[in-house]
Amino acid sequence: MSDTATTLPPTQGASRFDLRTILTRHGAWIALALLILVNLAITPNFATWQTLNVNLTQVCAIVIVAVGMTLVIATGGIDLSVGALMAIAGALAPLIFLGKLFPLPHPAVGIALAFVVPVLVAAALGWFNGWLITRLRIQPIIATLVLFIAGRGIAQVFTNGNLQVFNLPSFQFIGLGRVFGIPFQAILMIVVVVAAAWMLRHTVFGRQILAIGGNEKAARLSGIPVASVKQRVYLISGFLSGIAGLIVIARNSAADANLVGLGMELDAIAAVAVGGTLLTGGRATVIGTLVGALIIQLVRYTLLANGVPDAAALVAKAAIIVLAVWLQRQSHR
Amino acid sequence: MAPLLSMHGIDKRFAGIPALRSAELVVEKGEVHALIGQNGAGKSTMIKILTGYYRKGAGEVLFDDRPVAFSSPQEAQRAGISTIYQEINLVPYRSVTENICLGREKRRFGLLDWSAMHTEARALLARFNIDIDVRRPLMVYPTAIQQMVAIARAIGFEAKLVIMDEPTSSLDEREVEVLFEVIRQLKASGVSVIFVSHKLDELYAVCDRVTIMRDGRTVQVAPMADLSRLDLVTSMLGRELSQVLHEGHDTGEDDTREPVLQVRNLAMGRKVRDVSFEVRPGEIVGLAGLLGAGRTESVRAVFGADRPDSGTIAFDGRENAISAPSDAIRAGMGFCSEDRKLEGIIPDMSVRENLTLALMPQLARRGIVNEARSREIVDSFIKRLGIRCSGPEQRIRELSGGNQQKVLLARWLCMNPKLLILDEPTRGIDVGAKAEILGLIRELAGQGLGVLMISSELEEVVEAASRIFVLRDGRTAAELEGDAVNEQSVMTAMAHGHDGARETADV
Amino acid sequence: MHTTSLKLFQGIGRYGVLLALVALILFGWLRYENFLGAFNVLSVLRYNSMFALVALGMCFVIITGGIDLSVGSTAAFGSVVAALLSPYGVIPGLLGGLAAGLAVGACNAFIITRLNILPFIATLATMLAANGCALLLADNQSVSVSYETGFIELGQGDFLGFPIPAWIALVAYLLASIVLNFTSFGRTVLAIGGNEDAARLMGLPAQRVKALVYLASGGLAGLAGVILAAQFGAGQPIEGVGWELFAIAAVVVGGTLLTGGVGSVGSTLAGVLLLGLIFNILNFENGLGWISLSAYWQSVIRGAFLLLVVAIQARLSMRTEETA
Repeated sequence: MSDTATTLPPTQGASRFDLRTILTRHGAWIALALLILVNLAITPNFATWQTLNVNLTQVCAIVIVAVGMTLVIATGGIDLSVGALMAIAGALAPLIFLGKLFPLPHPAVGIALAFVVPVLVAAALGWFNGWLITRLRIQPIIATLVLFIAGRGIAQVFTNGNLQVFNLPSFQFIGLGRVFGIPFQAILMIVVVVAAAWMLRHTVFGRQILAIGGNEKAARLSGIPVASVKQRVYLISGFLSGIAGLIVIARNSAADANLVGLGMELDAIAAVAVGGTLLTGGRATVIGTLVGALIIQLVRYTLLANGVPDAAALVAKAAIIVLAVWLQRQSHR
Repeated sequence: MAPLLSMHGIDKRFAGIPALRSAELVVEKGEVHALIGQNGAGKSTMIKILTGYYRKGAGEVLFDDRPVAFSSPQEAQRAGISTIYQEINLVPYRSVTENICLGREKRRFGLLDWSAMHTEARALLARFNIDIDVRRPLMVYPTAIQQMVAIARAIGFEAKLVIMDEPTSSLDEREVEVLFEVIRQLKASGVSVIFVSHKLDELYAVCDRVTIMRDGRTVQVAPMADLSRLDLVTSMLGRELSQVLHEGHDTGEDDTREPVLQVRNLAMGRKVRDVSFEVRPGEIVGLAGLLGAGRTESVRAVFGADRPDSGTIAFDGRENAISAPSDAIRAGMGFCSEDRKLEGIIPDMSVRENLTLALMPQLARRGIVNEARSREIVDSFIKRLGIRCSGPEQRIRELSGGNQQKVLLARWLCMNPKLLILDEPTRGIDVGAKAEILGLIRELAGQGLGVLMISSELEEVVEAASRIFVLRDGRTAAELEGDAVNEQSVMTAMAHGHDGARETADV
Repeated sequence: MHTTSLKLFQGIGRYGVLLALVALILFGWLRYENFLGAFNVLSVLRYNSMFALVALGMCFVIITGGIDLSVGSTAAFGSVVAALLSPYGVIPGLLGGLAAGLAVGACNAFIITRLNILPFIATLATMLAANGCALLLADNQSVSVSYETGFIELGQGDFLGFPIPAWIALVAYLLASIVLNFTSFGRTVLAIGGNEDAARLMGLPAQRVKALVYLASGGLAGLAGVILAAQFGAGQPIEGVGWELFAIAAVVVGGTLLTGGVGSVGSTLAGVLLLGLIFNILNFENGLGWISLSAYWQSVIRGAFLLLVVAIQARLSMRTEETA
């Protein structure tokens, strides 16, 4: 911002109930509510269990990745590598449970390893991002650009670019399973969101994330271990990307290194932005990110369900992002 | 003769809060006009309205007999108003020439004529007796030169009015003299100058008239010579200045105590060559020196923010045990940086969170913050330090500079430190809050806290400190104690080193 | 900052990429037959001229301290518009693609300078929008260009024995170099990146210059789209994915600081050629038959290369800081 805070007179915390304040503070919730109302009015069969399921399953992977992205952005960083890390995790899992990497003593071992190893690899690569950023002091956008470019290539090299098709219900539970009729991936998503929101609010780690994003120098001079906090944040982002990669391949019963997680970094960033997290760091809301992802998904669904081509939905998405960030700026003045 | 500039009935609100209420400012042709007031009095807002950075709410601005409402600094510049801002606002990566000539480049055949621009830049700097390679990036030169470049730039615009917003804050005395010489030159050639400063000596040295602002209003306009210093300060504060300064130095009895901090032969890079000093518990030690003498660099090394090349730092009996701020904090040190905005506050966080930032890990069990406990502590400090805020959850960016500084002090005090390092604790703070903060520091030292204080305001260090170490060119030039703690000997030591100080101490 | 190390840093930033490029060319020349043959050289130039144009716009944007993520889908959008207009002749096709790019650039400029939204997020949004527009116009498939009007010459033709797209890129780079070094616009671009607040307070038209830079970036991406359509005989609504990041990588490899304020047009071109040659050399290497690396290795190697460059840059700047 151009105006220096020192020249401004001390303003009192004015909480006036004008439209703008309400719009900027609760804009995301209002938009979500409006979208639901509009759909109830115009979209046929909107209020059905199936609609809910369709929209939820579309949004789960994005939300899980976007939660990690929220934390990264809260520190003032960015993670472009999430989509590529999803592709790597998605490529590794079938290689493991299909026994292509090493012989399996027992199928159950394969499935267990197929859950654990890809996620750990993605987390390790996230840690590597953090290492580049904190130790070599490379800007986040460039540091994660490295894996954005190379990561998908690595996944493609693993699989030689081939589609890996499989049918393995015990593994695919993560994407297709249901608990009491609720998709397992939705439960996973809620758990991740709640845990992250609680963590950000009530733990030292969470407050330190926000302090770093708010003013990194001050945080360091206050004894906050900036490098280690950032590394953990990128590690978490990688970890969550790994999980999202598994969900996507399980859902599709196939892993295609060319497509898994393609464009995910942008979807996740869009959800974070629409949700009301400050893109320069220091202020973040995980619940907002969930709402943001739901808004974007619901707009797309609304347009598709009413016969608008998918391509036009892209333009609508662009408009939503600009509008959301613009409103956020207005409130931050 | 009509005045060059007259601003009448200027109103301005930020988010509904009035910053200016029918403020006035009249500047005659060829005069040096002082504009003073406490922080938040509206000086900067006034200037920013004049230069088109903000839009005024109401009122009238006449410049050169024409009503004007500039919509950008660029337009103001074209009309003949050049501004030098407090923070040096230049482009560090670009050459000196570009920094001076950007915005009114010389062209030949439609393309930039570099050689003509280099010549002009050299000529402008020559007026300050500065001879440097103008092709090199600005960032390779020291701050004072950068400040001179900023001034050269403003003058190069053939301005009718030059606004200087605290131009001397990064200059040493010799450089200030050069600047004053330039201001007199400008005046002689019919250019008007608006001079904003907190330093009273400077105002009397160069200004003809003064406009005093308070709470967004113009409260007094008078020839400089008609006002005494006390009048000036009284008018600025709107109250009689009482017991602000003048308290004795309590030294002597504690001399036998083991120092809590002992720094020996510290060296780091080119700025710190051989620095030694010590702080005993319950003592306020001043670290004096001109800009670039290595004060800030030395204390940053002590705090573990930067890594020294050699030397020993013994804190609380342990030698060289600190390699990061977190080590220093754990050992019992606190450090308030000179740049509150860049290195102190976290603007978007609440008073409470800013205050407990360093304490947070101790307030937590298994990583979960104990909010109730944190609130208790914050409430007690808000009361104890008299922090004026609407409550612990108010965002710190909304507080005044003085109150922000108090929160930052409390950030360390709540840790029960053994040593507090304060780098320019009163910079950019109004006179009233300044006195409060200095009083607080004295009180804390009285309770046994060791305080190491850097201040560029000599009288402040002299008043507060019982012992002063004077740094010069990265070396400890003198240690002054007892009666030697006076402005004269500190200045001599700054200028001449240890021998000079001893001479005056002997006199 | 210490002078000698600063010079060293700038020197390596400026010439390091050239040295690497020369080394790579020497390697190719010594190892492979026909590496420097006219056919290979010209086809490398022809193919990479699109990326060169996109990277040029990106270079200016990055110097101002911004970023333009929309260039890839803008190029795709431009290629669709150009292909649709190609039946009407070379000029309508060319201008149409250019106009499409300028339109996206104008949106970027508006959102960034008027709505004050971070370039990253603004161009992210227009990237989606341009992609959507391209798909809508093309009806989700590629659009054949007309082969009758000579439009394809823009991508496939030669002039004086040199590919026309390479001529276009060459002229663009020469002009850009003059603009950056010898006009007040160019110097303002550099000043904004160095310290935008200062530039504004200096009275430089920061907002207008920034707007023009995004407009130019859009226009260059549109032009790249025209070449894309002409070269492959079709407007490609889904091409251009990842071009923006390739362009950023090329600019960074060329030594332009991502924080803005420092940068050069020439080294950006070197960066583009360097990244382009890696692919070329991979092909030759496979042709030798010793190894067989799939095309997928290309991005892995590019990523590794980017890592190498930024790591060296980071090391150097850390050393400069320490001696400061």
